[in-house]
Amino acid sequence: MTRKVVITGLGATTPIGGDVPTMWNNALKGVSGARTLEDDWVAKYELPVHFAARCSTPALDVLSRVEAKRMDPSTQFGVIAAREAWADSGITDFDKDRLAVAFATGIGGVWTLLDAWDTLKEKGPRRVLPMTVPMLMPNGVAAAVSLDLGARAGAHTPVSACASGTEALHLGLDLIRSGKADVVMCGGAEAAIHPMPLAAFASMQALSRRNDDPQGASRPYDTGRDGFVMGEGAGALVLEAEEHALARGARIYGELAGTSVTADAYHITAPDPAGLGATRALKAAMFDGRIQPEDVVHVNAHATSTPVGDKPEYTALRAALGSHVDNVAVSATKSQMGHLLGASGAVEAVLTVLAVYDRKAPVTINLENQDPEIPLDVVTSARDLPAGNIVALSNSFGFGGHNAVIAVRSV
Amino acid sequence: MASNEEILAGLAEIVNEETGLAPEAVELDKSFTEDLDIDSISMMTIVVNAEEKFGVRIPDEEVKNLKTVGDAVSFIAGAQA
Repeated sequence: MTRKVVITGLGATTPIGGDVPTMWNNALKGVSGARTLEDDWVAKYELPVHFAARCSTPALDVLSRVEAKRMDPSTQFGVIAAREAWADSGITDFDKDRLAVAFATGIGGVWTLLDAWDTLKEKGPRRVLPMTVPMLMPNGVAAAVSLDLGARAGAHTPVSACASGTEALHLGLDLIRSGKADVVMCGGAEAAIHPMPLAAFASMQALSRRNDDPQGASRPYDTGRDGFVMGEGAGALVLEAEEHALARGARIYGELAGTSVTADAYHITAPDPAGLGATRALKAAMFDGRIQPEDVVHVNAHATSTPVGDKPEYTALRAALGSHVDNVAVSATKSQMGHLLGASGAVEAVLTVLAVYDRKAPVTINLENQDPEIPLDVVTSARDLPAGNIVALSNSFGFGGHNAVIAVRSV
Repeated sequence: MASNEEILAGLAEIVNEETGLAPEAVELDKSFTEDLDIDSISMMTIVVNAEEKFGVRIPDEEVKNLKTVGDAVSFIAGAQA
């Protein structure tokens, strides 16, 4: 018999809240975390994009200076979110050999890497700090979380661009089902609001250029959408074997009923316009969780606000859910917090779990003229979800043709 | 040229910056590893910061001989002379 896996702890630090209660409250209200960047490097490098969505609570307000010094900003966010999720789970007595970590990132320690490169050029090799390698490695965040919690059943780092955070949950579910762990700290972290990634994403025309209106720039499904808004932060979820959670009388938010990962094998960055890979991912996650289309009441969409990305996801949702897609409340939360890249799937998973637990769908802002080619029922003011057994899905897609889907069921 | 007291105070500042240890805990007879719990990576960071602060070069092969804070103060004083 397949082990049932439940979610017992949540953590987040995001552009719309430095902890889960603040983020969730704002997500139901509908706020924007995007701001004009005041950094001198915006003008210095003549960046075409002048805004982003920074974490609302700086990491140094939470971590000690000495602690933070040994972590790349992405790892700082990851550790903050993981600590909140761990405290939220209430786990105190546990077997460290049965606790694993699956903590993703899309880019990893880009600040550390590029700072060290600047130091090398300006001051020479002697001044390149000895902590540079452990801080820049993409597994740095999983390693730091493992070290922080004492997790010894393996520390993994799925990397699949903007699908990474969701893929971490896919891996976490597998680790518990296959008996390799009883508890997994899953999550994703990203901190790439640095001039180089901003220039690179802008160069591929992926970022919104609405410089005069940062808060209106992320507008999934709107006809005026012109790209995503770079965000940063982390999300974390404690997955636990149901019997382990029940034995300790844990508060259970919901069941991670099914997950899936597929690859488009179509184009390195463009989504398959027919959404075939995404469709297969949706169907596979539903099959994995023994879910019928009619069970699904809510979708936290990937919906990044790019002209080409939002529509194939709709096509895939219609293919996977059939006409029932018209009855599903769809939220595009990147409208509020921007795109957290490798962290987005983890943060959106936290929102999806809370939607099922509190039976409320979060808000999509900036939808003024809905694209007629995407006739989804988009949630523009907080909406109650039905009573009874419900399922919510969360999609993430990444450059490279990665598609990842999770399904959360009420308990 | 810094006096031994100035070198000690400067070193204590660097150690505090790297580890959070109170500057007054950084005393001449304290061992970096045994007493101050400084690992090799922090030690290399402290060494590089000390080189910059005091304008000296502390060769890598010398670092393992700097067991106590006093060893480091003496080495830096000697290198400045």
